[in-house]
Amino acid sequence: MSISNKHLKTLEDESIYVFREAAAQFENPAILFSGGKDSIILVHLARKAFFPAKFPFPLVHIDTGHNFSETIQYRDQLVEKLDARLIVGSVQQSIDEGKAVEETGPGASRNWLQTVTLLDTIKKYKIDAAIGGGRRDEEKARAKERFFSHRDSFGQWDPKNQRPELWDIFNGRKNPGEHFRIFPISNWTELDVWQYLKKENIELPSLYFTHKRKVLDRDGVTLAYTNYIELHPNEKVYEKTVRFRTVGDATCTGTVDSAANNIDDIIAEIAASRVTERGNRSDDKRTESAMEDRKLQGYF
Amino acid sequence: MEILRFTTAGSVDDGKSTLIGRLLFDSKLIFEDQLEDIQNATVKRGEEGINLALLTDGLRAEREQNITIDVAYRYFATPKRKFIIADTPGHEQYTRNMVTGASTSDLAIILVDARKGILTQSKRHASISSLLQIPHIVVCINKMDLVDYSADRFDEIVDDFEIFAEKLEVDDITYIPISALKGDNIVNKSEKMPWYKGSTLLYHLENVNIISDKNLVDFRFPVQYVIRPHQDFRGFAGRIASGSVKKGERVRVLPSGLKSTIESIVTIDGELEEAKAGDSVVISITDNIDISRGDMIVREKNLPTVNNRQDAFLCWMNEAPLEKGKKYILRHTTKTVNVYVKEIVYRLNINELHREKTDELHLNDIGRVELETSQPLFFDPYINNRGTGSFILIDPATNVTLGAGMIKSAVAEIEDKLDIPRKKSPNTVWEGWNIARAVREKRNAHRAAVIWFTGLSGAGKTTIGRQLEQRLFAMGLQTTLLDGDQMRHGLCSDLGFTEYDRKENIRRISETARLMFEYGNIVICTFISPFANDRGFARTLIEPGRFFEVFINCNIETLKERDPKGLYEKALKGEIKNFTGISSPYEVPENPELIIDSTLTSPDLLVDIVMKKLVEAGIVKG
Repeated sequence: MSISNKHLKTLEDESIYVFREAAAQFENPAILFSGGKDSIILVHLARKAFFPAKFPFPLVHIDTGHNFSETIQYRDQLVEKLDARLIVGSVQQSIDEGKAVEETGPGASRNWLQTVTLLDTIKKYKIDAAIGGGRRDEEKARAKERFFSHRDSFGQWDPKNQRPELWDIFNGRKNPGEHFRIFPISNWTELDVWQYLKKENIELPSLYFTHKRKVLDRDGVTLAYTNYIELHPNEKVYEKTVRFRTVGDATCTGTVDSAANNIDDIIAEIAASRVTERGNRSDDKRTESAMEDRKLQGYF
Repeated sequence: MEILRFTTAGSVDDGKSTLIGRLLFDSKLIFEDQLEDIQNATVKRGEEGINLALLTDGLRAEREQNITIDVAYRYFATPKRKFIIADTPGHEQYTRNMVTGASTSDLAIILVDARKGILTQSKRHASISSLLQIPHIVVCINKMDLVDYSADRFDEIVDDFEIFAEKLEVDDITYIPISALKGDNIVNKSEKMPWYKGSTLLYHLENVNIISDKNLVDFRFPVQYVIRPHQDFRGFAGRIASGSVKKGERVRVLPSGLKSTIESIVTIDGELEEAKAGDSVVISITDNIDISRGDMIVREKNLPTVNNRQDAFLCWMNEAPLEKGKKYILRHTTKTVNVYVKEIVYRLNINELHREKTDELHLNDIGRVELETSQPLFFDPYINNRGTGSFILIDPATNVTLGAGMIKSAVAEIEDKLDIPRKKSPNTVWEGWNIARAVREKRNAHRAAVIWFTGLSGAGKTTIGRQLEQRLFAMGLQTTLLDGDQMRHGLCSDLGFTEYDRKENIRRISETARLMFEYGNIVICTFISPFANDRGFARTLIEPGRFFEVFINCNIETLKERDPKGLYEKALKGEIKNFTGISSPYEVPENPELIIDSTLTSPDLLVDIVMKKLVEAGIVKG
C-alpha cells in the first residue's frame, strides 16, 4: 500500500507540540511506559520534541508482575540506550502492603489493580503530569478525552465536567494534589501508529511479530498461556502461530492469528482487519462501559 | 495523505449520529466488535435493526439519556484522506461544545431536517461556524426520503439558508441532499435524486481544497520552551503558528523588539532550510537575546499588533457569569497574563445575529467585549490568523477554562455605533515603549522589579523601604521609592480616605510604579494598601515574577506602643475615622512573595531578608 506520509508529519508536529506544553506547564511530568507500541512511540516523539537536549521526563512503568519477559528486556535496553530515568511502580508491592486485593479464580487479572499502584506512584514521586499513550480511536470513553485531562486529588476523572479544550491552547492549571493526564497521540489511529513505526524505522518487542506460543481460548479471546493464568476445568492449552496486537498485562492480552513477521505485513493486516485492537482485550469485555468505569477511578 | 478535521452539528433528531454511523458503515470502517457492541446495545434498548447512532454516543450516561453531551472525536480514513470528526451536540445549552469542536475544524457539516427546514438551531450552527472562521460549510439536507426526494423542497431550503448566510463571513457553502438512514448521497450517489448533479458527501470531504485555508504569509513563532543542552547552544522550541521562515532571514523578537537573524532550524532528522505553518521545530538565532516562553519571533518587517487592549468576541462557558472588572487569567499562544474585561459592548443573539445590550454574559452567551491585559499581547485579527487571534480565559480561583475569545482588533481602532460610555480619553493610542525595558535592563545590568511593602501603620514600611533603597542605590542600581505620605502630598493631594479615594490613590500609585518599572527601575512602594483587590490590581500591571508583595507583620499591641506619629492614640479616641487596623479593616495578604515580622526584629535584619529574596529571584546579583 503506497500512501504519502503527510498525515504522519501533521500528527508528529501536533504530538511534539503537546510534549513541549507538558514540559513547560508542569514541574514534574513523567511518561507512562508500558513497553507497548504506543508508549514506544511516545518515547520516540519525546526525543524529537527536545532534541538536541534530552527529554526532561522519567519513564514510569506500572509493573503488574504479570509481564512478558520480552517487554521487560525491551524496556531495560531502551532505558540504557537513552540514559533515561526509570521509575517502577509494583502492583505486587501494593498487594503486599494491603492497598490492593488480588482477584482470585480463573478470570483473575491484575488489570484493575494497576490503578492503585499508578496513583500511589504518582503521589510518591510527586508527578504532576502523567503522559500516556492513550488514543481516542481505541475505545468510546477515550473518544472524549482531552489532550490535557484533569484529575482531582483522588486521581479521578470527571467526564461530565471536563474543561473545554479550544484550538491548541491547553489549560494545565491545577491545585496542589491534583494532577493531569496528558495524551500526545490522542489523534492517532492504530494504522497511523504502525505506519509511523515503519516510517521511522522504530524497533519493537518481538511479541508484535508472528511466533509460536502456548495459548488457550477464553470468552472468545485467545490468551497466551503463562504461569499467571489459572485454567478453567474445560480449557485446553495448545500451541499456535500468533502475534500480539497490543501488549499489556500477560493475563488479559489476547493474541491474533497471524503470520505477519514484519511491519508491512502488519499494516496490510490491520488495513483489512474487521476488529478493533481492543476487541481482543478481555479487560474491556467485562461490561459495556468497562473502560469508562476504570477511567473514572484513575486508570490510564 | 492530508488530514481533514470537521465538525458535525445538529441534534439527535436531525440524524447526526446516524449520519456519522452511515459514513463509517458505508466506507466499511465500523469494526466487527463495535458492530457487535451496537447490536447488543440496540437489543437492550428494545429496538430493532442496528442503531447507527449508538456508535458515536460514547459515555454511558449519554447513551441512557439518548443525547451526546460533550465533544467526542471519531476517526476514519479513505485512501485519499484521514478524517477527524469532532462530534458535538446541537442543543441550545451546548453552544460551548460546538465552539470547542469548531475551534479546530476545517469544515462544518450542518444538518437540516428536510421536513422542518431551517430552524433556529441551524442558524446557530452556521453563526458559530462563521464566528469561529471554519473555512468550509456543508449544509446536508437530511431525511430527503421523507419528502419524496423532492427537488423543489431542496431548492426552497437552499434559498432560505442563502438569505441567512448573507450575514455570515463564510466563503464556501455547499448544499447536499441526503438520507443518512437510507444512505443516499453519503458515500454512494443516490438513484432517487437524479436531479442532483453535485458530489456525494464523502467525495466532497475527500476533495475540498484546504491547503489555501492556512495563513502562509505572516510568520509567527510563539516560543514554547527554551532548549539548552549545553553552553554552546540555545534553541527556541515551538510550532509555527502561521507563515514560513528560512535560514538566514532577519527576524524580530517580541516584546523586546530586538532584531536578529535565523541561524538554524533544528530537528532530530537534520537541519532545515525552511519551515512553515504547523511545523514543530527548534530555532536558533545569531544574537544572544534573552527569550523565554510567551515571547514571539516574527519577521523583521511583518509585525503583529502589539497592544494591551483588545476588542474581541467572547464565548462564555461557565455557570458563573462573566464579571466586568474581575481579574481573570488569559492565555494567548504560549503567553499567560492577567486580564480585566472592561466593557461588554453587546451580546450577540447567535440565532439572528442581532446585537443586544447587556451587562452580563452567561453560560453559552457570545458577546463583544473590550479587554485590558496586564501586558501587551502580540496578536493578529482572528479572521486573518486563528493561531494568534484566539485566546482562552481561566478562573484564577478554580483554574477552570471560562471562555474562548476571538480578537477583532486593538480597542483604539474601533468606533462602535452602540451608545456606551467609553474611557474618558478615547482618542489616545497606546504606542508602545520608546526604549524597551529589556534594553534598559541590559544597560543597567540588573532586572527591574516592584517591591510592594504592605502592612499596618507603624509596622516599618517606610523605615525598611528607605534602608532597602539606600542599599540598592549604593550598589549602583536604578531605584525609585514611592512612599505613602509623599504621594499624598503631591500627585494624590486631592484625595481623602473614603473607599473610592483610597482605591484611586492606589490606582495612581500602581500606574506610577508601572511607569518607573518599565523604565528599568527597582521600584519600592511603601503603602498600607489594606485591600487585597487593590494590591492585586498593582500586581496585574507588572510582568509576572517581577512583583514582590512583602507583608510586614507586627503585633498590634507593639504598634500601639510604638505609635511614632501618635496616630493610634488619635484613632483610639475616635479622632481619626477609617484608620486601618482600628476602625477600618486590613486584609492580610494570602499569598505574598515574602512575609517579615518587625515585632522583635530590627529593620537592618529585615532588609537583609528582602535582599536575599531579590538575589534568589535573580533581580540583583548576590
